Amino acid sequence: MIRSITQLKPAEEIERLLDGMGRVFIIGCGTCVTLTQTGGMPEVEAMKNELSEKGKVVTGTTVVPVACDNLTIDILNDIQSPVKQADALLIMTCAYGVQTIGHQINKTVIPALNTLFIGKESGAGQFNEVCKQCGTCVIGETGGICPVTACHKGLVNGPCGGTNNGKCEIDANKDCAWTSIYNRLSELGRLDSMRTYQKPRNHLGEPSPGKFEIPME
Amino acid sequence: MPSAFKKALDSGKFIVTCEAAPGKGTNLENMKHHIELLKDKVDAMNVTDHQSSVMRFPSLGGAILVKEMGGEPILQMTCRDRNRMALQADLLFASSRGVNNVLCLTGDSVMLGDHKEAKPVFDLDSSQLVAAVRTMEKGKDMAGNELDGGVRFCAGAIVTPEANPIEPQLIKFEKKLEAGSEFIQTQAVYDMDNFKTFMEYARQFPVKILAGIILLTSAPMARFMNKNVAGVTVPHGLIDEMASAPKGGALKKGIEIAGRMVRQIKEENICDGVHIMAIGKEEKVVDIMEAAGLL
Ligand code: SF4
Ligand code: SF4
Repeated sequence: MIRSITQLKPAEEIERLLDGMGRVFIIGCGTCVTLTQTGGMPEVEAMKNELSEKGKVVTGTTVVPVACDNLTIDILNDIQSPVKQADALLIMTCAYGVQTIGHQINKTVIPALNTLFIGKESGAGQFNEVCKQCGTCVIGETGGICPVTACHKGLVNGPCGGTNNGKCEIDANKDCAWTSIYNRLSELGRLDSMRTYQKPRNHLGEPSPGKFEIPME
Repeated sequence: MPSAFKKALDSGKFIVTCEAAPGKGTNLENMKHHIELLKDKVDAMNVTDHQSSVMRFPSLGGAILVKEMGGEPILQMTCRDRNRMALQADLLFASSRGVNNVLCLTGDSVMLGDHKEAKPVFDLDSSQLVAAVRTMEKGKDMAGNELDGGVRFCAGAIVTPEANPIEPQLIKFEKKLEAGSEFIQTQAVYDMDNFKTFMEYARQFPVKILAGIILLTSAPMARFMNKNVAGVTVPHGLIDEMASAPKGGALKKGIEIAGRMVRQIKEENICDGVHIMAIGKEEKVVDIMEAAGLL
């Protein structure tokens, strides 16, 4: 399953964002951030204690099941006064959750997390980015491995000069995408597709911000 | 009209190129000194493009300077900082100022340099940049629009003959040739037997190959490269030789080794020439050429 992968912002940044806001309501989420241990019950509790120690009044906390769901607003409306009393909502969900809430409630929303990427759980406690949603998928010619994402530079014609013993120039613990693609294609007997020159990528897949509507009759 | 460098490549003579590295700032004295010293001794001077992703005076500015001083520049262009529009525009500018040789590189990661938070571009890769040059020479930009006034470049790229694994590297190398590279500069080579094996393969292609020679300045520097520079292997024998140099004599030893390698490449006709990188010690290129019997 895909997950929104997040990381707690530095304490100083959260402090700066909450400057002048004495009363804070904290919201976590039971889905991705619970799995990544960045915005589940324990993390919300820890944040509450930390803010209280720093002299903030925490008017309440909640961990909603799925923050990015439009139903989240109903839960917050049910909570009523603790939410109303707060100067700001400190939201320990990914940016999808922050925006879902921010669009529906007339309150200052402050993200406590940085949203890093949409990732796939590849093992216990391990998450990897495998697709950047580029809009012009090329993995039909790369053995199903995405060079746009797995290659640090998003190269589509083969490795750069920095590839070293099958690893990437930025991190000896990261596989070089083009060694992986080469190995996969060679297993599949499809190296011809790596030998084919790829034209410069089309970056106009879907102009940002992406938008999609199911065509109605 | 073909560039002077292109004519030299086609003449079949043994080619020597070197580097002029722009500094950080507008003080160009050091670069000017190197250009003055080397412009009449080498066939062309590469001007590096924010080498190692460290922001500096631009390669295009440096290439124009080489040209103005009467040298033959090779404009290094990476895809790291410019999208296809900016790259094409710079090629037009280069051409309008008589800079007619270009070395197309992907470029190092921004993360390895001194502006780590900058946005990496990599809109094109090195093979696509070579192809873009060839497209523009036909009078069109990459979007198919007519150019009012064309360009003519001698375009090259690089290869790492000691990359591990080598196969993906060679596939990319062949794509660079198909895209229209006329010359190839290699990453530093130290093991001549390995390099000869690479050349046996590379000889099947009609492209000029210049062997990369990086001046060793000390045994620790050689060990550092083995550990940190992708695709560079300094054999133990050479490291021992560097270590055997008397105190204060390491640089002299490095020059001797580089000169010996250049001489061997020329005498045994292993490839078409050398690209000497003396990283920060460009004046030593003269000594290396002397040691190789080229001056
Ligand atoms: S090419 Fe990569 S980033 Fe683009 S859609 Fe396919 S998998 Fe996703
Ligand atoms: S080392 Fe491999 S994965 Fe890393 S940037 Fe170069 S080609 Fe891409």
